[in-house]
Amino acid sequence: MELFWYIVLMTMLAVYIILDGYDFGAGIIHLFFAKTEKDKKAITNAIGPFWDANEVWLIAAGGVLFFAFPTLYASSFSGFYLPLIMILWLLIFRAIGLELRGQIHNKMWEAVWDKAFGIASLLLALFFGIALGNVVRGVNLGMVTNGVSAHEAHYFFLPLWNPTFSPQAEHLGIIDWFTLLLGIIGVVALTIHGANWIIFKTNSSLNNQLRKVVFNLNVVLSVLIIVSLLVWHIIEPNPFHNFLKHPWLFVFPLIFFLGHLGLFRIKTFTKDSYGFLFSSLFLFGGLASTVVSIFPKLLPSTNTINPDLTIYNMAAHEYGLSVGVYWFVVAIILVAVYFTIQYKVFKGKMDDVGYGEH
Amino acid sequence: MEDMLFYDRMQFAFTITFHYLFPQLTMGLSLIIVYFKWKFLKSKLEIYNDAAKFWMKIFALNFAMGVVTGIPMEFQFGTNWAKFSELTGGIIGQTLAMEGMFSFFLESSFLGLFLFGEKLLGHKLHFVTGFLVFLGSWASGFLIIATHSWMQHPVGYEILENGKFVLNNFGALFSNPWLWPSYLHNQAASLVTASFVVAAIGAFYVLNNKHFEFGKLFVKTGVVFGLISSIVVAFPTGDLAAKNVVKYQPVTFAAMEGIFETEDGGSEIVLIGQPNMIDKTLDNKIAVPNILSFLTYQKWDAEIKGLNEFDEAIYPTNIPGLYYAYHIMVGLGTIFIGLMLLAVVQLFRKKLYKTKWILWALLFMLPFPYIANTMGWYTAELGRQPWLVYNLLRTSAGASPTVSAGNTLFTLLGFIGLYLLLGLLFLMLVGKIINKGPETLKH
Repeated sequence: MELFWYIVLMTMLAVYIILDGYDFGAGIIHLFFAKTEKDKKAITNAIGPFWDANEVWLIAAGGVLFFAFPTLYASSFSGFYLPLIMILWLLIFRAIGLELRGQIHNKMWEAVWDKAFGIASLLLALFFGIALGNVVRGVNLGMVTNGVSAHEAHYFFLPLWNPTFSPQAEHLGIIDWFTLLLGIIGVVALTIHGANWIIFKTNSSLNNQLRKVVFNLNVVLSVLIIVSLLVWHIIEPNPFHNFLKHPWLFVFPLIFFLGHLGLFRIKTFTKDSYGFLFSSLFLFGGLASTVVSIFPKLLPSTNTINPDLTIYNMAAHEYGLSVGVYWFVVAIILVAVYFTIQYKVFKGKMDDVGYGEH
Repeated sequence: MEDMLFYDRMQFAFTITFHYLFPQLTMGLSLIIVYFKWKFLKSKLEIYNDAAKFWMKIFALNFAMGVVTGIPMEFQFGTNWAKFSELTGGIIGQTLAMEGMFSFFLESSFLGLFLFGEKLLGHKLHFVTGFLVFLGSWASGFLIIATHSWMQHPVGYEILENGKFVLNNFGALFSNPWLWPSYLHNQAASLVTASFVVAAIGAFYVLNNKHFEFGKLFVKTGVVFGLISSIVVAFPTGDLAAKNVVKYQPVTFAAMEGIFETEDGGSEIVLIGQPNMIDKTLDNKIAVPNILSFLTYQKWDAEIKGLNEFDEAIYPTNIPGLYYAYHIMVGLGTIFIGLMLLAVVQLFRKKLYKTKWILWALLFMLPFPYIANTMGWYTAELGRQPWLVYNLLRTSAGASPTVSAGNTLFTLLGFIGLYLLLGLLFLMLVGKIINKGPETLKH
């Protein structure tokens, strides 16, 4: 049962990152590359009707986490208190930036909300990358100092950073050089992903420029990936342990590299949807490889006193998990129906949706 | 520790109070919009469709505010109430996860179609999308109140040795005797807010002699929905909800009603008076004898337990706050019924649009259903204190153990600043929509 809900939760989070990820990426593109009003319109049209439904995947995944792994939900949400609340604030700014911009036609008004939307998107991409870095690196569970836990074994609290920015310090911060590296990878990857979505969903005059941007950022991404693989062993000495035990798991890194390398052919793609397909594969493969590499850990412990948080010691009681399967299956079928309807109605290019025009 | 708990509670109270200003309108308003759209399908009169479109604009803005302020609510269980989440997540996580899966996906998928899809879908399908949005928002309310009801009156659980609450009967969550009266009470109250808002904007147009035909339609619709919902809020739903409090939380009931001492021969109903916690009495009291006993047990001399019969350790934490919240809610609810009754009488005598003072009263009533709704929730929440799960888990045992007071105050101040900005923007934009009016928004 734990394994079922673990797969459900991770799949929902991956779906969230793939879906809302293109919104963040589109926001970053909007911030740096959209110069004319027409370009900006194209971008907001491409994500306008979707962002709200995409964000629901985060809320729903949060709900499933709460219900299936309540102890992990309690431990990680209180431990990562500050960045989580800041993510909430950024999500609010992203939303009002998008929704309020078109309400008043005035250059200053539009400029403010453009920036709010763009900067919030950028920071969200960074924060989610950093979050992944924190999960891989682990935290000082129980807040152990000199071999003594200051709190219950599964509780912790992390400040935003500690002055050394070292991922090996006893008292860690959210941001250190390792998590920051993953944050930057997050920004670059989601920018590529967002650009691909815009190419896919619009006939914007930006599209040719964006193909070049995707290519160049993909080169940057290669460098960052190589760097991260080189330093990964400092954080996790034995990252291939699960893969070697179950070789079929290598399918995830394979998907990751397929997506990544495929994007180098962006300029020759015959269909506008291919780029988005490849960056989705990249994101899915990357996330899956990462969580699989630490399985069954959900949040590793950096001290030797308190045990890792795993799917087994964090899960809710058996009866609740079983009964949840019934309603979840019904709900997920309904969700599939809604999404099919939504994407059918808004299929193809979206340049003329007129999103945000009142 | 004391500070931390205080800031945790303030943050939750502040963010939930602000958040609920929006869903309380959208849940009721979605029903009124569906009604307008249905009237249009039946009568083919353009005015109904235009009315639906106008209210959809206001709905969309409120809905967006509800979404962005709603996400912090779900997160705060974990961020600020980690111990509570850890101990009860296996139960309240069920209903909260169901809310995400069943209602948020439904709402968010069809809201876009409802707002932008009228031409694309045709009127009948457009009506269906509107109905689905209504269904989603009412389902959301249901699952939240199911969660709330479990905290007020826990059912279907067992407590393990490590203190964790685990579910042993899923069905019990939905047959909880606390759930249905509270849910219907809350939904009727949401419809009260929506009706008063529709009537107030209508009265504004009529008095202003702008968009006159729409103004009349809004006043008429608002007062009819308003009378029905104001009555349903009080009877049977409010009555049943209060009887649940008497039965399951008698000490809360005594505090709500301001009964310090059990009275022989039946309890009086207190209309006005200030709780004096030092002398354990009500100052400047105006009360009517025996009414409370009759309302509660349908017997004039039935005994109602006063606060003196209970241990102070289980007293609601803030008795004056609870007492005022409850009395403000009930007082306003009574005024609502009176005003709406007068308005409907004048409507039937075909004099409503000329009875200026009723129109002015409807206009100025606009904030009061919001106050009444908020006070209703304060009654429920203050009434449950000092417990998170009634009689089983104290609020002081539920906060996050590792988050310091300084960090919570930081985020509380951040929320206050951010929501102040959101509130200003909201008022500005909603004012713009109302000022433009339904006629200019038609096309």
